[in-house]
Amino acid sequence: MNQFVTLFVGGLFLGAIYSLVALGFVTVFKATHVINFAQGSVLLLGAYVIARAHESVGFALAVALGVLAAAVASVLIDAVLIRRIRRADLGTLAILTLGVDILLATELSRRIGTDVLNIGAPWGSDVTEVAGIRVATSRVLAGGVAAVLVAGFWLAFKFTDFGIAMRSAAEDGEVASLMGIRLNRVAATAWALAGALAAIGGLFLTSFPAAGVTGSVGLLALATIPAVVLGGFDSPGGAVLGGLIIGVVSVLTAGYQEELSFLGRGLGGVAPFAVMLLVLLVRPSGLFGTREVTRV
Amino acid sequence: MSRWLGAAVVVVLLAAVPIWFEAFWLQTGLFAMAAIIAAIGLSILVGIAGQLSLAHAFFVAIGAYGYAYLADRIPPLLALVAAVLLAGVAGALFSPIAGRVRGIYLGLASLGLVFLGQHIFQNATGITGGYRGVAVPPFSLFGFEFTGADGLVVLGVPYGPLEKLWYLGLVLVALSLWYGHNLVRSRPGRALATVRDSEVAAATNGIDVVRYKAAAFTVSSMYAGLGGVLMALAFGRIVPESFGLLLSIDFLVMVVIGGAGSVGGAAAGAVFVTALPLILNHYSGSLPLLAEPGSGGVGAAEFSRLLYGAAIVAVLLFARDGLAGLVHRKERVV
Repeated sequence: MNQFVTLFVGGLFLGAIYSLVALGFVTVFKATHVINFAQGSVLLLGAYVIARAHESVGFALAVALGVLAAAVASVLIDAVLIRRIRRADLGTLAILTLGVDILLATELSRRIGTDVLNIGAPWGSDVTEVAGIRVATSRVLAGGVAAVLVAGFWLAFKFTDFGIAMRSAAEDGEVASLMGIRLNRVAATAWALAGALAAIGGLFLTSFPAAGVTGSVGLLALATIPAVVLGGFDSPGGAVLGGLIIGVVSVLTAGYQEELSFLGRGLGGVAPFAVMLLVLLVRPSGLFGTREVTRV
Repeated sequence: MSRWLGAAVVVVLLAAVPIWFEAFWLQTGLFAMAAIIAAIGLSILVGIAGQLSLAHAFFVAIGAYGYAYLADRIPPLLALVAAVLLAGVAGALFSPIAGRVRGIYLGLASLGLVFLGQHIFQNATGITGGYRGVAVPPFSLFGFEFTGADGLVVLGVPYGPLEKLWYLGLVLVALSLWYGHNLVRSRPGRALATVRDSEVAAATNGIDVVRYKAAAFTVSSMYAGLGGVLMALAFGRIVPESFGLLLSIDFLVMVVIGGAGSVGGAAAGAVFVTALPLILNHYSGSLPLLAEPGSGGVGAAEFSRLLYGAAIVAVLLFARDGLAGLVHRKERVV
């Protein structure tokens, strides 16, 4: 029982990190209707900048730089490439971001090579113990940061001018622009937020218990795809919940792999995808996604 | 008349390749041929039926492992056919999801299939050999072995497995191109294109949308299976890692670079994507701008990845119809 609770709580904290990255996916999708496969390499860029900069400028400033770099890169992808073919279909735009992802990830992993860069977090490999449950301090912090950011996002979506502009742009871009909402500005803001969220996610995904920044960290963002699909692509709340579910599922299946050994080794990595497929069978637009309704 | 003459010259030249070129080129060519066959299938699915799929590598793997497993037990020709059918069955089994889930959800759902497949191929060690892989039995046709054992020599060139497989590949590619061209121009092909453009319009015209979508997935999986068989034969030994997400992305990129929906374009895209890294790697020693692996500069592997990424971006921004669009542009304007 104790093991179950430990794993479950650990899963929630990991899920909180996934939620952040997933929230970035959804924000971009809502504002610009792009499935952003480049999120993974932007995440890697953020973590890379933090890992390279923390020795010379200190950790706090390094994080700021990393978040800034990721946000700028993300905006550039939108402004330089996506904007030129905004009207193209979903598949084309998704593959375009794949191309960008390949370019950015190749260059970054070439620079990293076979090294494992230390992210330089001041909390290092500390472990926090609450009510008999031991969790890495970085994960607890991640949970706290995620909670604050998600709450902030929710408030911003609901109450600020930006939130209203973004929701109306997502509802009907043409009408929104006729009402004086600058779609390009909404898009740029959304991409910047997604980049920043990816960098923060990258920071926590590469701190303890993970080893550090390697060339393949960008692939970690793939793990958030089941979270996004599970929640429904256009639902921020769904992304958060999906992230938590995926976190719990992958930690639990990894923790109980002895008992689940009849399903094969390395189950933690595939279980999220299996859950995603099952959910899609029952609800083709995810848990909270807008159902596509065809009227004739 | 001149068209037939041109075709005859091409056939003769292609048939003469094993006499002039060394093993590296044959191997590269075989990988390209396998990719062509599989890419045609994906092009039909993505370009004609409008269903984005990231699961293609999974069906390629079914074909490859299916052949490797069956060819030990039944004649290789039957094993080839059975492996293709097996891949088709796998595609048909996935079609309840493919029929229900639309557009981008389908693309991402099919992503799940690749990871599930990887997991199964890693763990079903009895059939796949796990991460150590499994040897692929050589092909044979009515007693004619596709190995070097018979000591066949043509024009002074010893004909080993690669030389013989080259011809098998040519035949399979020709059949695939022919079938693909006909499918696209036939009644089912036009029905699928209507489904892509508007499911509602298709349904009101009496097209059974769900059935056609399932059929497109099945046919595309069978193409993938055939490509997988040829790939397995060219590899000689297959490991699960070869059939991961990267391969799926490769196929999608082949289709996009070639021009979605064009059979010939998919073939061109397949050659570009498959052969580029192999050829760059082969010549990395003599290309001055490429660094040695691990020296910190841009090596052959990285250079080809960068070129590949840049090609995707450039094609999507500047030549939306892909390579096929560049060829046909003039006709369309007129």
